[in-house]
Amino acid sequence: MSRIIDVKHLSKSFGNHDVLTDIDFSVDKGEVVCIIGSSGSGKSTLLRCINLLETPDGGEIIYKDENILDHKMNIAAYRAKMGMVFQQFNLFNNMNVLNNCEVGQIEVLKRSKSEAKEIAMKYLETVGMSQFINAKPAQLSGGQKQRVAIARALSMEPDALLFDEPTSALDPEMVGEVLKVMKSLAKTGLTMLVVTHEMSFAQEVANRVVFMDSGVIVEQGTPQEIFGNPQHQRTKEFLKRI
Amino acid sequence: MSFFKEVADIVQTYWPMILRGTGITIVLSITGTLIGAVIGLLAGVIKTIPLPPKKNHFKRFFLQLVNVLIQIYVEVFRGTPMIVQAMVIYYGTALLFDVHLNKFFAGLLIVSINTGAYMSEIVRGGIVSIDKGQFEGAHAIGMTHWQTMRCVVIPQVIRNILPATGNEFIINIKDTSVLSVISVTELFFQSKSIAGNNFMYFQTFFVTCAIYLVLTFSITRLLRWFEKKLDGPKNYTIHIEEKKEA
Repeated sequence: MSRIIDVKHLSKSFGNHDVLTDIDFSVDKGEVVCIIGSSGSGKSTLLRCINLLETPDGGEIIYKDENILDHKMNIAAYRAKMGMVFQQFNLFNNMNVLNNCEVGQIEVLKRSKSEAKEIAMKYLETVGMSQFINAKPAQLSGGQKQRVAIARALSMEPDALLFDEPTSALDPEMVGEVLKVMKSLAKTGLTMLVVTHEMSFAQEVANRVVFMDSGVIVEQGTPQEIFGNPQHQRTKEFLKRI
Repeated sequence: MSFFKEVADIVQTYWPMILRGTGITIVLSITGTLIGAVIGLLAGVIKTIPLPPKKNHFKRFFLQLVNVLIQIYVEVFRGTPMIVQAMVIYYGTALLFDVHLNKFFAGLLIVSINTGAYMSEIVRGGIVSIDKGQFEGAHAIGMTHWQTMRCVVIPQVIRNILPATGNEFIINIKDTSVLSVISVTELFFQSKSIAGNNFMYFQTFFVTCAIYLVLTFSITRLLRWFEKKLDGPKNYTIHIEEKKEA
């Protein structure tokens, strides 16, 4: 299996608070990795570091044999290859659904308007939002917004898709519709890295589950290993409460 | 009754002067507000560029220098009366550089840079108020700072600052009257000339007053209409794919 990203000795602190310490972590092509852990354990920060929305203080992130933290690297081009889905959707408020999915393709990937539309429609179809291309984000429900956000990320045809607690801002019904989309994406062989509190999703869909606590990776393994037979005391405590 | 007759007489006799004055007032305030808004947008966007990391000495220093210059510009032009700026710029350029500015262009220059100073703060406020998520969403799909600004942030900022810009516009319609000190032949200057001629100060300025009010009132309506247009329709239509025969 080929590597998508390789994180080596990554560290990040906010002020004098160490959020991530010496993280070693990698994702292979086609893998679905779920990162679980309590709030404040650093899992979102790790994801945001991988997309450089936060600048790591130390370590390396290797993508295609190059360290993207090297300041000569073209960050924008790398980000276009790492799709990101946010907890708060972050759809562009000034554009309708279709334009949201087109603008990155046209501006960043320099696709033609007609090609961008075709690709956007394809992925809006995938997430079941193709009927709503004329709607503005403010006119959609949370679950609909998140599905559009997924389509927007997919339209860039990234190497991997990062999900930062994609269902945490949604009510239970909407959680279902978003998870359904994510499950179907996982089946297509898309590389996914999901920070989540949805344990049943992790159990069912993930190839690998990573448990984080206090800025370190405590343990990782198959869902059976982590949920069925956790090795560390901290993991056991965390899973007991669910 | 004789008051309204006198007013009507003034309009009848001096309408070409009044019309020309009104025209110049409108042109000065519209162009001044537009140029000022562009200056404000540029200054506001530059002021919100994140400082490059410390490693990048030259870029960092340059950006900080530009920021200081913008701040000086804003403080000076917000902190002094436009009527004084008009005197200083018009007579100053003549004395120091031996440049005799065309009065109209001097007036336009003063209104523009004055509006720009106010607008840069309005724009900065508008950019700061845009949710951080909008920037992150754009960065995450690989947009650069300029692409993010142009496609995502600025359109939202423009909508948000429209009421404040309308305010500036209305202030400009009224405040271009101070340009009469450098003999720009706008509405107030023309009125003064007319009144100096017929000695009917009240009657003449009654007409002037009415014209200013009509101008500001119509601009207010026009801007409201424009805001509504920018907001787009409240409803959306469901898109139904036409089934193509295979």
